[in-house]
Amino acid sequence: MICSRRNALIFSCVLIAFGLPAGFSTDAHSQTTQASEALSEQHKLLVTRGTEVFQRCTACHRIGPDAENRIGPHLNNLIGRTAGSIAGARYSDAMKKAGQDGLKWDANTLDAFVADPTSFIEDTTMGLDGVEDAEDRKALIAYLSAFATGSSNIPETPAARGLPSADPGIPAEILAIKGDPEYGEYLSSECLTCHQSSGSNRGIPGIVGWPVEDFVVVMHAYKSRKRDNPVMQMMASQLGNDEIAALAAYFQQKGQ
Amino acid sequence: MSISRRHFMVGTALTTSALAIPTFLRAADKPKVVVIGGGAGGATAARYIAKDSKGAIDVTLIEPQQAFTTCFFSNLYIGGFRTFESITHDYRTLEGTHGIKVVHQMATGVDKAAKTVTLADGSSVPYDKLIVSPGISLKWDSFPGYTKDASEVMPHAWQAGPQTQLLKSKVDGMKEGGTFVMVAPPNPYRCPPGPYERVSMIAHVFKQKNPKAKIIVLDPKEKFSKQGLFQAGWEQHYPGMVEWIPASIHGGIKSVDVATGEIKTDLDTFKSDAANIIPAQAAGEIAATAGLTNDTGFCPIVPGSMQSQADPNVYVLGDSTIAGDMPKSGYSANSQAKVCANAVRGELTGSKVFPAKFSNTCWSLIATNDGVKVGASYEAKPDKITSTGGFVSKTGEDAALRKATFEESVGWYAGIANDIFGA
Repeated sequence: MICSRRNALIFSCVLIAFGLPAGFSTDAHSQTTQASEALSEQHKLLVTRGTEVFQRCTACHRIGPDAENRIGPHLNNLIGRTAGSIAGARYSDAMKKAGQDGLKWDANTLDAFVADPTSFIEDTTMGLDGVEDAEDRKALIAYLSAFATGSSNIPETPAARGLPSADPGIPAEILAIKGDPEYGEYLSSECLTCHQSSGSNRGIPGIVGWPVEDFVVVMHAYKSRKRDNPVMQMMASQLGNDEIAALAAYFQQKGQ
Repeated sequence: MSISRRHFMVGTALTTSALAIPTFLRAADKPKVVVIGGGAGGATAARYIAKDSKGAIDVTLIEPQQAFTTCFFSNLYIGGFRTFESITHDYRTLEGTHGIKVVHQMATGVDKAAKTVTLADGSSVPYDKLIVSPGISLKWDSFPGYTKDASEVMPHAWQAGPQTQLLKSKVDGMKEGGTFVMVAPPNPYRCPPGPYERVSMIAHVFKQKNPKAKIIVLDPKEKFSKQGLFQAGWEQHYPGMVEWIPASIHGGIKSVDVATGEIKTDLDTFKSDAANIIPAQAAGEIAATAGLTNDTGFCPIVPGSMQSQADPNVYVLGDSTIAGDMPKSGYSANSQAKVCANAVRGELTGSKVFPAKFSNTCWSLIATNDGVKVGASYEAKPDKITSTGGFVSKTGEDAALRKATFEESVGWYAGIANDIFGA
């Protein structure tokens, strides 16, 4: 009993970390708890650590039952997937070509890719600097593996969703502002001093093609200093709500 | 008969299609923008005007060099972190992708009444709007004895190119345990943290190749940009190697002698084995020739558009300007260029003119993976470009943050290089 309570606690933490909507099914929660008892203690710790590492991915990726493609493809059933193969997802040409050349995602290829994305696929648009710590990568892959249908001993874990979007501080009327992409294009010239217009990530994240809502939420997080890069805080502090909406509209459009 | 009818038909077709070209697309009738200077200000302005006007404006860029080496990141070349090629950019994308006519000549004069620019070969180029972005000129003899010829022995390396390569060879080749002297520039000058990043990069080279070497900085100023960060960094990475001496201690630079390597101050004579002398600066020569400067040697501008206060058909960008609270930097010039491009397009084609926004960030590298930054945002107030807020790295930041800051600067360089010269 103590053991299962601990498990429940671990997964509660996970749920909180993912900021799940209040109405999320408690059935799934208890199933998860039961199934997780079958996991070795070590593996559970690894997956828990993986959920933390995955936070770095959630600006662009969703995983879990309701996961959809966002800036990047959804990551359900990633293990065994051919690179660049999800219909309707946005991929760089380099990623599609890697898939055509036979790249499949498994623990080894994911490890190499996540360690240093641009070394593995030079022109990838994935905006991740790379997960340097080998144990972090192992944890991340364990976590991702938990969302693969083929992994019988790993429970389906609830959806990791809405992380950057789960900022309750942004009123609906701000999210509802319809941006003027022409104004956004003018304003974007300030962004393009650092961010690549191609959308690629070269030390500074690519921002082309972000969904409007993600863009707005992230910029407001800089503006309210919940995100901590000082250059971005400064940039966001100069922008009004309409201007953030305009930029969001422009960059989403540019990615299409 | 049939032949002549065919000829007739062809002739008709040609005439019709020639007439069908809308007036604004005919080259002879297009408004003309001429840009002097192909650096961070000029090339950005040329690119944005050509790109955003979609061919409706005829853009000519006048730049004597075939390729442009950026001053920003040139210290990283001296420190061995970048190749010279990686900080050198040609104009092929501006010509090919954006249809900008690039003329590799020196602009020698501007006739503001006739609206023409005179080139070194005597020819002239007409303009409707002129953008002047010539960077800096160096004030020879601002330190007595330091002339253009002297800079071939003791480089200034404050205009990037062969001077930067010369300085690197002097640093790399300095005798073991020797003394390197930098004479820092008086205000105002290009790139406020630049001399001190350079000291850091030279110290980085010495630490590896010449660990007993010393660096003395003779500064005409009492303080400098990011001073606390640099001095803490020098103490941490290069203990005992760097000595910074402000004017209140040395009393003023009296003379520079390239033959003996001696730099005389009120306090003492410093004997150098290699030296970097960065003289006082003014706007690029063409700005003065064109009558755009005031008695400060720099160009007053209208804050909301970068229009010259001397002539409404002329705009000035970057290091040549008096840009209020903005420092002289590549980032600033690039930022100003976008405001100017928007204003110039509005004047010539009636496109929407949006309110001016400016920003700047200066990243500096102190040692491997030890990057720091300072930045601010600005708005156009009626009297001057005014800071609306900013930030600076702090002493004692952890190594991971400093590494992230350095990596951010590498990303910024890639971004701004594409933004200036095209991708």
